[in-house]
Amino acid sequence: MKKFVLVEDAGMRFATKKGPFVALRDVSLSIARGEFIALIGHSGCGKSTLLNLIAGLTTPTDGALICDGREIAGPGPERAVVFQNHSLLPWLTCFENVHLAVERVFGAREGRAKLKARTNEALALVGLSHAEQKYPHEISGGMKQRVGIARALSMQPKVLLMDEPFGALDALTRARLQDELMKICEATQATTVMVTHDVDEAVLLADRIVMMTNGPAATIGEILAVDLPRPRDRLALAHDARYLDCRAAVLSFLYEKQAHRESIAA
Amino acid sequence: MNAVTLENASRADRGPEAAGRQDADPRESPGLPAAAPVAANDDAPPPRAAGRIGEWLAGAVRALLPPAVGIAVMIGIWYLATLPAGSSLPGPVQTWAAAAQLFADPFYSNGPNDQGIGWNVLASLQRVGIGFGIAAAIGIPLGFLLGRFATLSAMVGPIISLLRPVSPLAWLPIGLLVFKKADPAATWTIFICSIWPMILNTAQGVTRVPADYMNVARVLNLSEWKIFTKILFPAVLPYMLTGIRLSIGTAWLVIVAAEMLTGGVGIGFWVWDEWNNLKVEHIIVAIFVIGIVGLLLEQALIAVARRFSYEQGARS
Repeated sequence: MKKFVLVEDAGMRFATKKGPFVALRDVSLSIARGEFIALIGHSGCGKSTLLNLIAGLTTPTDGALICDGREIAGPGPERAVVFQNHSLLPWLTCFENVHLAVERVFGAREGRAKLKARTNEALALVGLSHAEQKYPHEISGGMKQRVGIARALSMQPKVLLMDEPFGALDALTRARLQDELMKICEATQATTVMVTHDVDEAVLLADRIVMMTNGPAATIGEILAVDLPRPRDRLALAHDARYLDCRAAVLSFLYEKQAHRESIAA
Repeated sequence: MNAVTLENASRADRGPEAAGRQDADPRESPGLPAAAPVAANDDAPPPRAAGRIGEWLAGAVRALLPPAVGIAVMIGIWYLATLPAGSSLPGPVQTWAAAAQLFADPFYSNGPNDQGIGWNVLASLQRVGIGFGIAAAIGIPLGFLLGRFATLSAMVGPIISLLRPVSPLAWLPIGLLVFKKADPAATWTIFICSIWPMILNTAQGVTRVPADYMNVARVLNLSEWKIFTKILFPAVLPYMLTGIRLSIGTAWLVIVAAEMLTGGVGIGFWVWDEWNNLKVEHIIVAIFVIGIVGLLLEQALIAVARRFSYEQGARS
């Protein structure tokens, strides 16, 4: 499979008062087109840092990142980000929030009607056509996160980057959005990188799970391929031996090999 | 600036009363876009019309009774204090009579030194409006620049810190020197006193724009113009309005003092003129008028600010 996103020996150091702090080191990863990658690890392991590197929001101090044959030099709409806390602009309606993105990406080539249609389509994809004219504070947390996903998808990005998108939601809402996300990824064949701290979420959604060692100086510990057929159904998988094996493998990595050393964390 | 801080403190004392009134407002007009706690109230099933009116009345009484009692007590003390014969201060009755006479014809004009109280208030408001308008036109863009560029902020910051505590009246002679006339000099002092809160609050607002919003802008790769109109400006607007409110408040304080010094038509000059005429009851009327106008200005700006506060308490 063609390597679509390539991370080569990437490292990230931050200058602090006590001298340089190494957040990430020697991270190498290649992601195929259409693949779904889950990044998992304990908090402070640099999952979000790696995601921000791919997004271009931060530039690595070592190594290089390549997306679709080009070096990643900064953020751009071809690598859309769904932020942890939805990051919708509170003074714009859901429609306007998505339209802002659509306008930026397609505004130069397409007419008004087409842009509006694209916006409607993106909101329909996440099942929010009825809330188009609502403001973010008028809708629930799960709906806000769906608008954030719609905004990202509306740009038809090459890569969809998600930073713990469902972390702040209750379990039921999270499960529903995970199912929706699976359908959307199936339909759009989006290349996706998702940061998560939820083992079940990682196994359910991902083609490969990238497990990170504890920080500081975190790096990739193991990569687990999840060979479960799609479409996946959470109820059927609950008793599937392969699912349980994957789950056990991730849990053992997190709680045996990388058992959180409280003295370091504190 | 001592007078300014004292006045601000007394304004803060009035807080509960003002807060009470704000609570009553949304109930009077539930259709307004209101903040979350009120919206939560709207979720409750609507009571029957009669019950609703009764509730509204009870709410209005609860909100209005304490301030009404407070004012009555104040007038009572004033009445008792001025009761002894030979008191130099006019009592409420005399003042009321004087006020009724003044407001019977507030817009008469017998030459520049004898005009109705209405003209005087309008003249003062006009000066405040012009000085404040120029200050906004310069201060708000400057605030945006200071907030966006740290180097510029480091350059200008110390100058502002040095000049801000200076009473604007100290600038009056400079204004007289430069403009050679009293009227623009008074406007000049208003300009000086209104510009600082606007610069500082706008700049603070720009530095407080959540990093998430700027990340959204970066990921979408928005143009500078879009960043300004869609993110920076709406995010800074509440801070800007706070600056405007502080500026208007200070400007209304300063204009009275400035006009006492410069003369001409204006409520400050009028107070001084009535002092020279020894019409103390007119001075007391003027104090009430100044207070009421200041209160109206502030309430109007609070209403505007509430209209533009999108997320106060509404965002999780």
